[in-house]
Amino acid sequence: MKPTDIGNPDYFHKVVDCQWACPAHTPVPEYIRLIAHGRFSDAYMINWKSNVFPGILGRTCDRPCEPACRRTRVEDETMVKGKREPVAICRLKRVAADYKDDDILGRMPKAPAKNGKHIACVGGGPASLTVARDLAVLGYEITIYDQDPKLGGFIRTQIPHFRLPESVIDEEVGYITGIGNVNFVHKRIDSLKAVLAENYDAVFVGSGAPRGRELDVPGRKEAAANIHIGIDWLSSVSFGHISKVGKRVIVLGGGNTAMDCCRTARRLGGEDVKVIVRSGFEEMKASPWEKEDAMHEDIPIINFLVPKEVKHENGKIKGVLFEKVKAEYDAKGRRNLVPTGEPDPFYECDDVLVAIGQENAFPWIEKDAGVEFDKWGMPVVDEKTFGSTHPKVFFGGDAAFGPKNIIWAAAHGHEAAISIHALCSGGAVGLRPAPGVNIVSQKMGIHEWSYDNDISVVSRFKVPHRKKEEALKDIMAEVELGFDPDLAWKEAQRCLNCDVQTVFTDNLCIECDACVDICPMDCITFTANGDEKELRGRLNAPALNATQDLYVSGPLKTHRIMVKDEDVCLHCGLCAERCPTGAWDMRKYYVEMTHAEHACQTR
Amino acid sequence: MTYIAKPKLHHPTLLKNKAGYTRRDYDGAISTLCAGCGHDSISATIVQACFELDILPHQVAKLSGIGCSSKAPTYFLGGSHGFNTVHGRMPSVMTGANLANRDLIYLGVSGDGDSASIGFGQFAHVMRRGVNMTYIVMNNGVYGLTKGQFSATADRGSVSKKGVANSDSSIDMVSVAILMGATFVGRSFSGDKQQLVPLIKAAIQHRGAAFLDVISPCVAFNNHPGSTKSYDYVREHNEAVNRVDFIESKAEITTEYAPGALQEVAQHDGSILRLRKLDESYDPSNKGEALARVQQAEAAGEVLTGLLYVEPMPKDLHANLNTVDAPLNTLNAPDLCPGQAALDKLNASLR
Repeated sequence: MKPTDIGNPDYFHKVVDCQWACPAHTPVPEYIRLIAHGRFSDAYMINWKSNVFPGILGRTCDRPCEPACRRTRVEDETMVKGKREPVAICRLKRVAADYKDDDILGRMPKAPAKNGKHIACVGGGPASLTVARDLAVLGYEITIYDQDPKLGGFIRTQIPHFRLPESVIDEEVGYITGIGNVNFVHKRIDSLKAVLAENYDAVFVGSGAPRGRELDVPGRKEAAANIHIGIDWLSSVSFGHISKVGKRVIVLGGGNTAMDCCRTARRLGGEDVKVIVRSGFEEMKASPWEKEDAMHEDIPIINFLVPKEVKHENGKIKGVLFEKVKAEYDAKGRRNLVPTGEPDPFYECDDVLVAIGQENAFPWIEKDAGVEFDKWGMPVVDEKTFGSTHPKVFFGGDAAFGPKNIIWAAAHGHEAAISIHALCSGGAVGLRPAPGVNIVSQKMGIHEWSYDNDISVVSRFKVPHRKKEEALKDIMAEVELGFDPDLAWKEAQRCLNCDVQTVFTDNLCIECDACVDICPMDCITFTANGDEKELRGRLNAPALNATQDLYVSGPLKTHRIMVKDEDVCLHCGLCAERCPTGAWDMRKYYVEMTHAEHACQTR
Repeated sequence: MTYIAKPKLHHPTLLKNKAGYTRRDYDGAISTLCAGCGHDSISATIVQACFELDILPHQVAKLSGIGCSSKAPTYFLGGSHGFNTVHGRMPSVMTGANLANRDLIYLGVSGDGDSASIGFGQFAHVMRRGVNMTYIVMNNGVYGLTKGQFSATADRGSVSKKGVANSDSSIDMVSVAILMGATFVGRSFSGDKQQLVPLIKAAIQHRGAAFLDVISPCVAFNNHPGSTKSYDYVREHNEAVNRVDFIESKAEITTEYAPGALQEVAQHDGSILRLRKLDESYDPSNKGEALARVQQAEAAGEVLTGLLYVEPMPKDLHANLNTVDAPLNTLNAPDLCPGQAALDKLNASLR
């Protein structure tokens, strides 16, 4: 193998699994350390820069970081007395938001003098708000259009307030509008051409995936009064237009919207609420914790049932007839749901909530507006620049590539803002700025590090919940109470500080084996060089996880090389502590994505 | 020293041996020796050897004297018996312990100061008596604890960290051990685990006085140009005569050395000590030749390593004294006091 190029900013970034997995690449270990130090405002600002909505995401993110957490690969169930679980990264983020100083507003940027450029954002959700924030601080004037009376989009209309209090949305939307030069216009946009005709320098489309998929079965029309499209229903609940539901409710669908629907129904008078899903339990799209929360509220999840017919009498719903199916996999591993032939189960109900998916809809973009669409009706969008085929029109969030999550919308917004800034300042839209990288030794004394390198051997702490009886009574009462600072500190100790990198300098090594002997995970091997596959098999402990890199040095005095398997390294720093020559050093690797504000447009 | 304990978490594929222990179960406390000390490597090697031999930790007694090396037993086999004796007196304590309980595995850990200076006499006698033990000298050629004065094993002409050349002749522990009657004598290097692990395993299985001189660079005071016990010097001058492939009945391990002729030495307990010759002309069962070769190598500035001398059918202290098979500490009053009738008979025989 060739020596690892640690000059490539991606190499050590990948070692920080959580940050690498985050679409916005939030520097997770750094803010967790700050939380452990009680520096909640600093932790909040790191998040705010990177993902724009720390308080919102700390309650609602679908956490792509957590399955990536190294903790899940190194924990020993018998030792931690619990399952192998990631650090509660998402809920720690909320701690930063909950306990930050009251004067955080003073840290927020203010708009400089206007630069004369004017940008329109269609849709007031997270993608548009991110674009607005990134550009407002550069002197752009932003006008955001939304059909709803308040900014927030999906965040405000479809996430129930018992999961995300409205005050948190108001606060974090307020930080963006508070920058200045961000105007909100409560208006539904019906024509892209009309928007373009207003001579904006660029138009950003962050209009989401606003259409709930229809239920297409006999009886749907006849019983329409009691069949509701999930996202529309949630939105109506959010704005107070709906305040009750029947006692017996069936929720169709297995995603997070279905979970929000069923839990909302429980709070609006639903006593017998069921979720009925086509797929098996494990294949459901909902996050595991959202399923748990629903089941905790006495909502059964019934799997492998496909709706067949809505039964009704005199225009009144009676219930839904289902067909029982099972999963069969073909030679290519694709799943087919085939009927089992068992009798069709029938479930009585008073209301049905349909949460079987969302679709993009762009009826307002004219065919001749200059924006091309593909055969699935999706706009043709560049995955890097988020530009469309119209040079001035950019897409982001669910509008770009279909329904995803808030964190993706924020990531898209950052990239689109970079493109828009390049467009407006005469730069090349296709160029992406390199991330900002700072790598600093953490050595404080002979065996002292500026980070807490002791490894906590405890299992994940649970976030306290409001009592079920209380929670179900009040739709505005937030169910999760969040970690208090004490619990947050304990949970933060579980973080392995994967951003404090083991950096090896081959010409300092005397091959004394001290690092090999001390490494608790048997990560380090000194051996003859070979090709990667063969090398992985003959290390001190086999490096079986091919998604994780091997760190390879140049040839040493004995012509051997040092090979470190990054996979299960605890970042405890003992290799560096036992190293007599400083060939190993623990260096904090802070990598921060460059946003429009600092983009030099020259990569 | 290190401020945190070694984390308990371990590699997901960590295996258990036949005794039901993982390698990590043979660890001791975290080392307080200087970073990069060869002694820590030897500790890790002992851990590996005991793990591979499926040894029950409570059946091992580790004894040491005073010095850096003698601190080392704290850092391996945390579940074993331990005894830090007076400086240089470890051989006597080990002899006594071995007499009292012959069933334990005795691991003597000492240094060049402890064994070649203050305890030199004791060293000679424990070898003479053939105590069944593995005696390891972690040999760095300097007094590390007192900041790097030459020890008795420092080679004449080698240079101290301050630049002063050693004018005294050195004591070669291997030659002394062979002369004194040790029945298993080897030399190795802390930086070569491939060689050292099988050597220690073979030494532990040897039923007699086994001695290993392990060159273990002192990173703080004896790892500089001019030293003959530095990592670089030993690597450059290491002449391995053979490689031990000592495995009772398991498949033989592959070696990193070029293959050579095999020499099999039948052992007391019926097992076979298998040596892969790296030097065709070297015969470790010939005492006189072994001594000559060790001396010639020293004169040539080479560090001869490997199993240098082995007596296939050794007699240990208990055999020499014709003691009973049961450990003496398990004998109770009826065993030790045969009664009035036996006494009367004995007295009568003397009248």
